[in-house]
Amino acid sequence: MTETKKYPAPQGNPETAPFWEAAKQGKFLIKRCTACGEPHYFPRSICPFCFSDKTVWEEASGEGTIYTFSLMRKSASGPYAIGYVTLKEGPSLQTNFVDCDLGALKIGQKVKVVFKPTDGAPLPFFTPV
Amino acid sequence: MTSCAWLPLRSALAKPAVTGHKNRWEEKRQRRAYLTIKGKAYIAGIYEHPTRHAPDKSTAQLHAEVAKGALEDAGLTKADVDGYFCAGDAPGGAWPMVDYLGLKVRHIDSTETGGCSYIIHLGHAAEAIAAGKCSIALITLAGKPRTSTMPPRGAGAEQDFEAAYGATTHNAYGMCAMRHMHDYGTTSEQLAWIKVAASHHAQYNPHAMLRDVVTVEDVLNSPMISDPLHRMDCCVVSDGGGALIVTTPEIAKSLKKPLVRMIGHGEAVKGPRGGKDLDLTYSAGVWSGPRAFEEAGVMPKDIKYASIYDSFTITVLMQLEDIGFCRKGEGGKFVADGNLISGVGKLPFNTDGGGLCSNHPVNRGGMTKIIEAVRQLRGEAHPKVQVKNCDLAVAHGTGGLLGVRHAASTAILERV
Repeated sequence: MTETKKYPAPQGNPETAPFWEAAKQGKFLIKRCTACGEPHYFPRSICPFCFSDKTVWEEASGEGTIYTFSLMRKSASGPYAIGYVTLKEGPSLQTNFVDCDLGALKIGQKVKVVFKPTDGAPLPFFTPV
Repeated sequence: MTSCAWLPLRSALAKPAVTGHKNRWEEKRQRRAYLTIKGKAYIAGIYEHPTRHAPDKSTAQLHAEVAKGALEDAGLTKADVDGYFCAGDAPGGAWPMVDYLGLKVRHIDSTETGGCSYIIHLGHAAEAIAAGKCSIALITLAGKPRTSTMPPRGAGAEQDFEAAYGATTHNAYGMCAMRHMHDYGTTSEQLAWIKVAASHHAQYNPHAMLRDVVTVEDVLNSPMISDPLHRMDCCVVSDGGGALIVTTPEIAKSLKKPLVRMIGHGEAVKGPRGGKDLDLTYSAGVWSGPRAFEEAGVMPKDIKYASIYDSFTITVLMQLEDIGFCRKGEGGKFVADGNLISGVGKLPFNTDGGGLCSNHPVNRGGMTKIIEAVRQLRGEAHPKVQVKNCDLAVAHGTGGLLGVRHAASTAILERV
């Protein structure tokens, strides 16, 4: 099943603009610090771990596993599943699980990124592999 | 000073993003030098608004009513107040409220950390009193989520990367419960015992919204809201509020109320921190709790009564683990079989019925946690739930979303 839910467009700002530009090309970026080597998400210009400004954009595989989730049974736009994905590269991020049987989600399940359109740049979501 | 050997999660304390080596060392040095708020501030006045539904009042008016109530409880007047503390629920913030209430203060603080703001204010008021910046501090909370729109929370740097995913209180705490069950085998039945205990206490509170005693089966049979949390795992939504008067030892001793003082306080913040080593099974309570207990020089086993923020049943279970009442992962066993029921179990909690049954003014539970702890220490709780010889209590809360980012604060209170 494919959702037709309307999502808000990201506002964007100078710090995160490259992320949204890449999203328009279907690429999912994370940031990595070249001083301490740690990747992080969502992207910052200064590393949240070592506070170095030597952070660079990196295209992520878009693959990960479900860390946790919760199925919201009712909302104005219908049921939805919020959760966290731990990316293959390491960082975990908040997302929704889409285009799947929401009742069959499991912790540890393999998922991959899928972009959904907005009135601006598309937003990353995840769907079971 | 008490050893920290009982700490529930030592690995969490070692995480450098929260506290670095240098300031951990400095925190200990400050303790050794007796730079502490221990015993320097007394809670001289408390007031909980009896309303749970206030369509005929304004939010500012509710703040004024709880301020008046707390001053009368203390035996003080508005002119005595020289410090004012409020959070995001106060219309316009600190200075419009100071003007509205007609206060003349020399110290203000509008620290906003959601539901635990008022426990943090209590610590900050003690600091201000210890430093001579004010001598009679007023802390207010009030609002009416049932009958007016809530002020929106300001957007953080994460906005574009999270807002679209619809994190609400229900599903953010649901995500914590889901992972806690996965990692530790916690069950819905165990969570239900927390609601059962709260309902046992609420039956004696004439102001409680939900006064019916419920069973584990009732909780499990209530509709699923956001997996794995049922409707009865969730707190109520209520209008109302509460206020505190915090003052110096000298002024408190000149008043007529039983003496209750704060002997330890801690606060901390936790979030996904760039997504590294995400662990939603513990909260910032693993830092605020040990700080408060260390300052107080007491252990969780010494506590006679615990006010624990209960936005959801999972909130209570995680906080009990995090501030050290049991080991991480053993919260399910700890809360089961009535262990939180006054007169039945080992740790009486939320004897007013808490957020799960009594009220949750402005979706913020920290204020009422302090108020019921003070009632217990004064011996003013309902006789059916009053803990015998209650001389040591904890009031602990979190604010924000445990499953996303949040603050926590712990206050150790003592009857003198």
